[in-house]
Amino acid sequence: MDSNIKMRADKVNFFYGSTQALKSVNINIFKNQVTALIGPSGCGKSTFIRLFNRMNELVVNTRLTGKIYIDSQDINLLCIDAVDIRRRVGMVFQKPNPFPKSIFDNIAYGLRVNGIKDKNFIEERVIQTLKKAALWDEVKCRLKESALGLSGGQQQRLCIARCLAVETEVILFDEPCASLDPISTGKIEELILELKKDYTIVIVTHNMQQAARVSDFTGFFLLGELIEFGKTSDIFTAPKDKRTEAYITGRFG
Amino acid sequence: MKKNITQNIGFFLLFACIIATLFFLGTIIYFIFTRGIQIISWEFLTQPPRNAMTEGGVAPVIVGTLYLTLGAMVFAVPLGLACAIYLCEYSPKSIVVNIIRISINNLAGVPSVVFGLFGLAVFVNFLNFGVSILSGSLTLGILALPLIISASQEALVAVPHSIREASLSLGASKWETIKRIVLPTALPGILTGVILSIGRVAGETAPILFTAAAFYKRGYPKSIFSEVMALPYHIYALMTEGTHPDKQKAIAYGCSLILLFLVLFISGIAIYLRQRQRSYHG
Amino acid sequence: MNYKRIKEKIYKWIFTVLAFSSLFFLVGIMIVLFKEGTPIFKDVGFFKFLFGSKWYPTYEPPDFGILPLILGSIWVTAGAIIVCVPLGVGSALYLNELAGFRQRQFLKPIIELLASIPSVVYGFFGMVIVTPFLQKTFNLPTGLTALNASLILGLMATPTVCSIAEDALSYVPRSFREASFAVGANRWQTLTRVVIPAAGSGISTAIILGMSRAIGETMTVLMVAGGAGVIPKTFLDPVRPMTSAIAAEMGEAPMGGDHYHALFAIALILFLITFVFNIIAEIISRRFRIKLGLSG
Repeated sequence: MDSNIKMRADKVNFFYGSTQALKSVNINIFKNQVTALIGPSGCGKSTFIRLFNRMNELVVNTRLTGKIYIDSQDINLLCIDAVDIRRRVGMVFQKPNPFPKSIFDNIAYGLRVNGIKDKNFIEERVIQTLKKAALWDEVKCRLKESALGLSGGQQQRLCIARCLAVETEVILFDEPCASLDPISTGKIEELILELKKDYTIVIVTHNMQQAARVSDFTGFFLLGELIEFGKTSDIFTAPKDKRTEAYITGRFG
Repeated sequence: MKKNITQNIGFFLLFACIIATLFFLGTIIYFIFTRGIQIISWEFLTQPPRNAMTEGGVAPVIVGTLYLTLGAMVFAVPLGLACAIYLCEYSPKSIVVNIIRISINNLAGVPSVVFGLFGLAVFVNFLNFGVSILSGSLTLGILALPLIISASQEALVAVPHSIREASLSLGASKWETIKRIVLPTALPGILTGVILSIGRVAGETAPILFTAAAFYKRGYPKSIFSEVMALPYHIYALMTEGTHPDKQKAIAYGCSLILLFLVLFISGIAIYLRQRQRSYHG
Repeated sequence: MNYKRIKEKIYKWIFTVLAFSSLFFLVGIMIVLFKEGTPIFKDVGFFKFLFGSKWYPTYEPPDFGILPLILGSIWVTAGAIIVCVPLGVGSALYLNELAGFRQRQFLKPIIELLASIPSVVYGFFGMVIVTPFLQKTFNLPTGLTALNASLILGLMATPTVCSIAEDALSYVPRSFREASFAVGANRWQTLTRVVIPAAGSGISTAIILGMSRAIGETMTVLMVAGGAGVIPKTFLDPVRPMTSAIAAEMGEAPMGGDHYHALFAIALILFLITFVFNIIAEIISRRFRIKLGLSG
């Protein structure tokens, strides 16, 4: 397998009860690149990225066929613990979801559950990740205050920092700016471009301009199918499929 | 303007209702307070009864109530909390679980004397614990169990799903998520439920009638297998047994005041906590 | 398998065991009631037990007819309803409709607090204050009567009814009221024709739960109902409701005898009655939530 490929989905079908949410999806996610998944609501793109950290297991009555690989390893094998996968594949959700704890504890949480007890190390890592998430200057004086007191955009950057602290390899963004204002959105996008150096990034978005701005590759989903996948520049300038073109030019969605 | 006359009469009646409610309930508290306070003294609170329950204090009675309540909580809190955690976090959502939820809700409405009979049949007779603190505590514990389970469940359900997902997505396991995220967030709600059930248990009489309570017992209870005097039962017994109704009545006033104070104080804390949570969540 | 995964399994296992053991106790109650209660039906006959008009459990030969006890419970509960429904629902309406924000913030917790007063305190109050008062007013041989029990039980259930009914009223969306005001209705019309019907099932849940509490209440009736196990003719007669029969007689009933089984059978019937009440309340409140578009 190509060493540039970080994650791969192979003929993935996914069912909620008897409804099929994903139909035979094949995709390659490249290392240190930003891959955007676009498509109208309910097309299965959020369901799809949740397969990469096995979050769909938490939903009852679901079924998966096909294979998901990370670094050529099948992540759904019985001997593999979902907890280990999630440590490697971080996730940022649609709505900022900080824990009702202090800013410091929010970041330290991931380290602590992974068995790190060294206080100095934790403190250093918290500072380092807050800086990386471009949040340090705004919160350095109130690390002990509740994270719920931050603004929506700050909360979302805190959630990103929380992922960074556990040193994941991949970060999945599930419509991270859906509930944010344009200025906060801009900051998050800058951050994503910055993080690309060290991480493989997958972002689900409704916002096509956002996909065009931040991503290297784009996949277009419709009704559970991956209609088209390719370089972002190609998808947005010369889509091969009529449906992709129709969506991008805003004829539905 | 007939419309407005009807309205005025109607509103006046509603006003009368709340005034009547507060007046009657206030009367109860007033009588018990003014008559009870006359007998309450340091001696009353710290001495054992003397002279066939006509003199002295009620210290062992208060201690008995504390033992019974404490015993009930030691038994019911861990069990109830575990049950709520299982139902909210671990159990698959199914019809069976739904039936379990409904029956727990229903058990919260079962008359307390029925719990007493259960305690008598199972703890006193079948398990042979006899009439004892242990039997009484277990019986009261079972009475508190549905209250604690449903309060804890409510608190656990109120924890947003999104922060559970956030925790799991960081590589925390299910138990770590429960321990570090879900429980601390739900804690105020759980605590309120537990405190309310303490108030309820402390004032219950029917469940301990045949499982724990004794009218008179010399000195303080020595082990969990001894019979015990308890405030609520003591009030009842003073009013219905014994040979000096007038002197006993005075003591019963004192006991009622102590019990009333105890229960209102405990429930007051819980209601205050709940009120604060409500305003916190907007 | 690593250490963490095993730990995880163990925790799940522990919670399952604990949860099922607490359920075991709760199911145990039903089993015990059936096991200890049903033998009397065999000896006496179900209908004779339920509708027999004589309750002389200690006579030789004994009579186990619980109709007087059932009627005692019904009388007392009915009387309590007459007291607690107007007071409780009226207070709830006042709190919801007329009280200002501050007044409500202040009174609602007080009402909730009053709901926690132990029943034995109510019983005690009934004995020392209400009993002599009734005896004097109506010139009775004893003040311990169905009326006394009704008054005390009704008063006792009032805060519960008020609190639950007020919750139901506060769920009625503001838009309902605004729509009514917009067509020129005044507050009273809005209250009686829009708000009360909208909250109707919630209010009935409150009343049913109040009834359930009254019929299952033990200490108060044991102390103030008078305890005569005969069919009552007026509210000024002493009665012996089911709960007080159990509480008063269990101490003397020899274990395993007919009397013992008969008392368990009464408890079983009581259990079933409150069970039915609670199920009805549950169903109505579920409908109520669906009607107002709240999550079920």
